[in-house]
Amino acid sequence: MNIAEIIGTNNFMVLFGSVLLTASTAVIGSFSYVRRQALIGDAIAHALLPGICLAFMWTGSKSPWVLVPGAILTGWLSVLCQETIVKYSKIKEDAALGIVLSVFFAFGIVLLTYIQQHGYASQSGLDKFLFGNAASLLLPDLLSFGLLALAVLLLVLAFYKEFLTYSFDPNFAETVGMSSTWLRLLLNGLTVVAVVIGIQAVGVVLMAAVLITPAAAARSWTHRLPTMILLAAAFSGSSAIAGVSISMLASGLPTGPLIVVVLSLIAVVSFLFAPQKGLISRNRRQQFHQRKINRENLLKLLYHHRSLGLKAIYERRPMEEQSIKKGLAELQQAQWVRQENKAYQLTEPGEKAARRIIKLHRLWEYYLSHKVHIAPDHVHEDAEMMEHILTPEMEALLEKELGFPEKDPHQSEIPYH
Amino acid sequence: MIIQVEKPVLEVHDLTVSYHQKPVLWGVDFSLPGGVMAGIMGPNGSGKSTLLKSIMGLLSLSGGRISVFSKNLDEVRKKVSYVPQKESVDWDFPATVKDVVMMGRYGHLGLLRRPGKIDQEIVEEALEQVNMQDLRNRQLGQLSGGQQQRVFLARALAQQADLYLMDEPFVGVDAATEQILVELLNGLKQKGKTLIVVHHNLQTAPDYFDWLVLLNQRLVASAPFEQAFTAALLQETYGGRLNMLSTLAQHMKKEQFAAREHR
Repeated sequence: MNIAEIIGTNNFMVLFGSVLLTASTAVIGSFSYVRRQALIGDAIAHALLPGICLAFMWTGSKSPWVLVPGAILTGWLSVLCQETIVKYSKIKEDAALGIVLSVFFAFGIVLLTYIQQHGYASQSGLDKFLFGNAASLLLPDLLSFGLLALAVLLLVLAFYKEFLTYSFDPNFAETVGMSSTWLRLLLNGLTVVAVVIGIQAVGVVLMAAVLITPAAAARSWTHRLPTMILLAAAFSGSSAIAGVSISMLASGLPTGPLIVVVLSLIAVVSFLFAPQKGLISRNRRQQFHQRKINRENLLKLLYHHRSLGLKAIYERRPMEEQSIKKGLAELQQAQWVRQENKAYQLTEPGEKAARRIIKLHRLWEYYLSHKVHIAPDHVHEDAEMMEHILTPEMEALLEKELGFPEKDPHQSEIPYH
Repeated sequence: MIIQVEKPVLEVHDLTVSYHQKPVLWGVDFSLPGGVMAGIMGPNGSGKSTLLKSIMGLLSLSGGRISVFSKNLDEVRKKVSYVPQKESVDWDFPATVKDVVMMGRYGHLGLLRRPGKIDQEIVEEALEQVNMQDLRNRQLGQLSGGQQQRVFLARALAQQADLYLMDEPFVGVDAATEQILVELLNGLKQKGKTLIVVHHNLQTAPDYFDWLVLLNQRLVASAPFEQAFTAALLQETYGGRLNMLSTLAQHMKKEQFAAREHR
C-alpha cells in the first residue's frame, strides 16, 4: 500500500465520520426543535467544558474514552440544574438556561486556565473540544464517536413512537403508560450525547447551529416528523461533506465554521424556496391573486361601460398603466375581451364571467346585511374584495344559505345567469 | 348532596391537591357508577381540570387516593382514556391527523412494537366515527378548532377504553360539530362505557348528562343529574368562593405550609 492510498482511505474515513457525527446530532436536534427547546443544546455545549477539564485533571489522559464520560456528566448535570431551577423557583426557562450556561462555562474556563498554567504535560489539544475540527479527527476518535452516534440513532429508532408521543403531548404519553420521567431523562441524555458528538465537528460556539438549523430547514419542506428527521440528517450530512471537502482542498480554512456556513445556506434556500411555506412561493401566490383581482376588476368595468378605449380605462382604474395593459392582454388571451376600433369590449364568455363577479359582490352584500347585520351603506368596501376571493364551493353555499335572493341591499338585481 | 354508589367505576377518596403548596382541591370524596355520562361543572379555577389530571395520575396528590375499576390506575391504564384540553399541545407540530390518532394505539403496543394492520383498521374506524377520514393526511396546522377537537376524540376512540375523561371537549367547537360529538359520546354510553366530561355550558348540561359533579375547590355535589342540578346547589357552586378557603390557601402559599404533615 502506498502513501497516497493511505491518505485516500483516511480522508474517506474522516468524511464518513463527520457525516455520521453531524447527521446524528441533527436527528436529536429535530426533537429539541419540535419540543421548543432550541437553546438547550447551546447550554449543554458550554457545560461540557468543566467535565472535560475535570476528567483530564483526574486521569491525565486525553483519550475520548475518558473525556466523553466527563463531558456527558456535566452536560447532563446542566440540564438537571436548569429543570430544577424552573421547577422550584419563579425563574422562567430562558433565564434559567442563561444562568446555567454561563455558570458552567465560567467554571470550565477557570479549570482550563488552571490546567494550562500548571504545566500538565499533555494539555495541548484539550481546546480542540472548544472549537472542534472534523477534518483533523483521528481514526481512534472517529471510532469512538462513530459508535456513540450509531448508539444514538439506534435508540431513536427503538423509541421512536414514545419520543413522538412525548414530544407532542407529554401528558397523554404519561396516561397511556409511557413514563414521562424516563422519556425526559432519555431524551435529555441523548441530547447531551448528541452535543458531545457534534462538538467534535464544529465546537462549542457553533453547536446550536448543527443541532437546530437542519431541523428548522427541514421543517419548511415537510409536515411529518419522520420526513423532517431524515431531511435534517441529510442536510447536515451533506453540509459535513461540503465543509470537510472544502477545508481539505483549501487547507487552512476551518472545517466547523465551513460546515455551519453550508448548513446556513441550505436553511436560507429552504426558507425561500420551500413549496407552500417558502417566502417565494407565498409571494408568488400573492402576485397570482393580485393579477386575478386586476383582471376581474377590468371585466366589471367593461361590463358596466360596454365599450371603452384604453385612455378611458386608465382614467377609471387607479392602477399603473403597465398592469392595466397586462391585465387586458391576459383577458384577450382568455378570449373574454376583444378589441374593436381601439375600444375594448367583452365577449360572450367574458360577459358571463363579469356577471358572476357582480353576483358574488351583491350576494356578499346581502349576506353581510342580512346575516351579519351590518348596515347596507357599510357593506360595499368588504364586498369589493370578497367578490374575488369566494370560491365556487363557497358560492354554492352562499346561494343555498341565502335562498337565491333577487335583489341586493341597494335594490340592484342579482344576476344568476 | 353527595350520593355514593355501589360498585363504582371511579372512586375518589378525600382528595386534596395543591399547586406550589396552595390547595386547589379540598377533601374531594365521591364515587361514580358505570355507564353514565357525568358532567363536571364549576366556575373558572374551581379545580375541574385538576381533578381530571389527578385521576389520570398526572399530579402528585397532597392527600387522598383514587381507584379506577376498584384498582390502581397503573393496572387498568388500557381501559382508561384521557382527552386533554386542546390548548395543551402545540398544533404546529409536524404530524398529520392520522399520526395523532395512531398515538391512541401506542399504549396497547408496548415497547419496540410497530402498529400492525389491526391498529391501522382501528385508527381508520375512529377517523370515520368523527367524520375526519377525508382529512387523515391533513397537517395539524391546517385544522380548525372543531377539527382539532375531533382529532383528539378520534385518538381517544382508538384507545378502545371503557372510561373516558374529557377536559372541555366542546370548547372552540361550533354548534353543529358539538351535536355530532355529543351523539358519538351517547353512542359510547349506550355500549356501556363511562364518560366524565368537564363542561361549561349550564344551558346544554341537562341534555347531555345523567350524573353531575359540582365543584368549587371543594365538592359541592355528586349525584344523579336531576338531584344535583338544583338552584340551591348551583348557587352554592357558582355563588363565589368560600372566603375562608381562599384566605387560608393564600396564606399557605405565602408561608409555604404543606397541606398534610410530612411523613
